[in-house]
Amino acid sequence: MDTLKHTPLTTIHQSLGARMAPFAGYLMPISYAGIREEHMAVRNGVGVFDVTHMGEFIVRGRQALDLVQAVTSNDASKLAIGQAQYSCLPNGEGGIVDDLLVYRLPEEMCSEGEQAFLLVVNASNLAKDWEWINRHNQYDTRLIDISDETGLIAVQGPKAVQVLQRLTDIDLAAIPYYHFVKGTIAGIDNVLISATGYTGSGGFELYTENDKLPALWEAVFQAGEPDDIQPAGLGARDTLRLEMGYCLYGNDINDTTSPLEAGLGWITKLKKGPFIGRDLMVAQKEAGLTRKLVGFTVKDRRVPRHDYVIESESGETIGIVTSGTQSPNLDIPIGMGYVASPYAAAGSTIYVVAGSKRLEAEVCPMPFYRKES
Amino acid sequence: MQYPDNLKYTKEHEWILVDGSVGIIGITEFAQSELGEIVYVEVDTVGESIARDEVFGTVEAVKTTSDLFMPVSGKVIAFNEEIDEKEGDNPAVINEDPYGKGWIIKVELSDLSELDKLMDAAAYKELVG
Repeated sequence: MDTLKHTPLTTIHQSLGARMAPFAGYLMPISYAGIREEHMAVRNGVGVFDVTHMGEFIVRGRQALDLVQAVTSNDASKLAIGQAQYSCLPNGEGGIVDDLLVYRLPEEMCSEGEQAFLLVVNASNLAKDWEWINRHNQYDTRLIDISDETGLIAVQGPKAVQVLQRLTDIDLAAIPYYHFVKGTIAGIDNVLISATGYTGSGGFELYTENDKLPALWEAVFQAGEPDDIQPAGLGARDTLRLEMGYCLYGNDINDTTSPLEAGLGWITKLKKGPFIGRDLMVAQKEAGLTRKLVGFTVKDRRVPRHDYVIESESGETIGIVTSGTQSPNLDIPIGMGYVASPYAAAGSTIYVVAGSKRLEAEVCPMPFYRKES
Repeated sequence: MQYPDNLKYTKEHEWILVDGSVGIIGITEFAQSELGEIVYVEVDTVGESIARDEVFGTVEAVKTTSDLFMPVSGKVIAFNEEIDEKEGDNPAVINEDPYGKGWIIKVELSDLSELDKLMDAAAYKELVG
C-alpha cells in the first residue's frame, strides 16, 4: 500500500532515474547523479531541488503581526513588505517547536488595516505547527494552510540568477538576500520569487501553485541547459546545509534544545516584547549556557553520525553528535553537536565515539565552507 | 542489477567467492547502490580470526556508515590494496565494480560447511527483489 504523498514533480524525478525515499510523508528524491556531483553543481554552477514537501501557512488579519510576534522568536515588526526572515517557534519549555521562514506579504491581498505573512515550516512538523499556532491565536487574524496547493523549487548556486533571468523581466540581481517579489517567470503569473535557500551558494526559491510546478521545472531546465543545470536531491541538500552550519530540525534542534544553545541567539530578539518562551530564554541567558551547538572537524577518515557520543580526552561524556557527513568541498569528515560549554571554544579537542573507535576532533568556527574569493 | 551465479550471499549484502579454502569477500551491487558514494573503507582486522556474522570492517558513504560482517568464520589474510588508504585509497572502485576490482578482503575459511548457510544468487535476488 502506498500512502506516501507525491509532489507534482514525482514522475519527473522517477524518469530522471532519481533514488527516491520516504521523507516526512512524501516520496522525495534523495539523489540523481550522486550526492557529491549534485553538491558541486550547486557550489559551482546551478542545481534545482524539489522542496514541495515544505509547509506553507498564510497568516492574515488585523492582528497578524501580533500573532506572528507572539509565536516566533525573531522580530517580525522589522520586516518590510517583500522581506523575509529566519525564525523559530519556541515551545515555552525551553525547546523549539520548529524553525521557519517568515515572509511579509504585499497587502494587496488584504482588506484595509490587515497584514499578511507567509510562514514556511518543515514538512515533518506541519501538523504540530498548525495546531501550535492556532492554539495561540487569540488575535483578530486567521491562518490558512496552503501546503497542499503550493509547489516549491529551489534553484541554487552562483549561476541561478543568470539562468532564471532568461525567464523573466524582473531584475533578479536587484532582489537582495532574504527579499522576494511576486511576479511572472517562465510565463507563469504570481510566482513568489524569493532570494533565499538552504545551501549557502545563493539562488532563489520559487513558490507557485502545484499544477504550474511541472511547467516551471521544465522551463528552468531548458533555460539552464547552457549552464549544465542539474537536479539535486535531499542528500546534497543535507551536505550543503551542513557545510554552512545551518541547523536541521530533528537533527540539530528539537523540542528539547534551546535556541540559545543552538547558536540561534541572532534570531531570538529578547527585547522585542513578550513572546512564548521569552522569560525562560532571558533566565537561561543570565544563568549562562551549560552546553552549546558547535561544529567540528574529525582528524580521522571515519565520519561522525547523529547520536554518536562525544567524550573528553579522559573519557567523560561531554556531548552528542547531531549531524555529520563527509564534506564534499573540504573532503574531510565534519559534524555538529552539543558539547558542555567548557569544550565549546574553537580549537578545543573532543573525541567522537564511533563504535569501538574514538575519533579525535577539533571544534571549529562555522560555516565550515567559505566561498573562495 | 547483477547477481553472479558463482558467488554466495548474506542477508547483510556481502558476497563471497570461494576457491579451495580461501574466500574473497565484498559487498553486492545492491549494497553499494544503497550506500551511495563510498568515501572510506576501514579494515584493521588483517591477521585476525573472526567468527561468522562478526564485524570485520566499516564502510563510510557520504550519507551513512555501515558495518561489514563476515559471511563465514575465518582469518583475514588480505585487505584490497586498491581501497586501503595506506596504498592509494580509491574506495569508489566498490561503487564501480563491486564484484571485481572492488573486492574488500581475503579470508582463510575455518569451516567450509558454513558456506551451506549462505544464499545462492537466486535466493539473494529474491531477497533484494
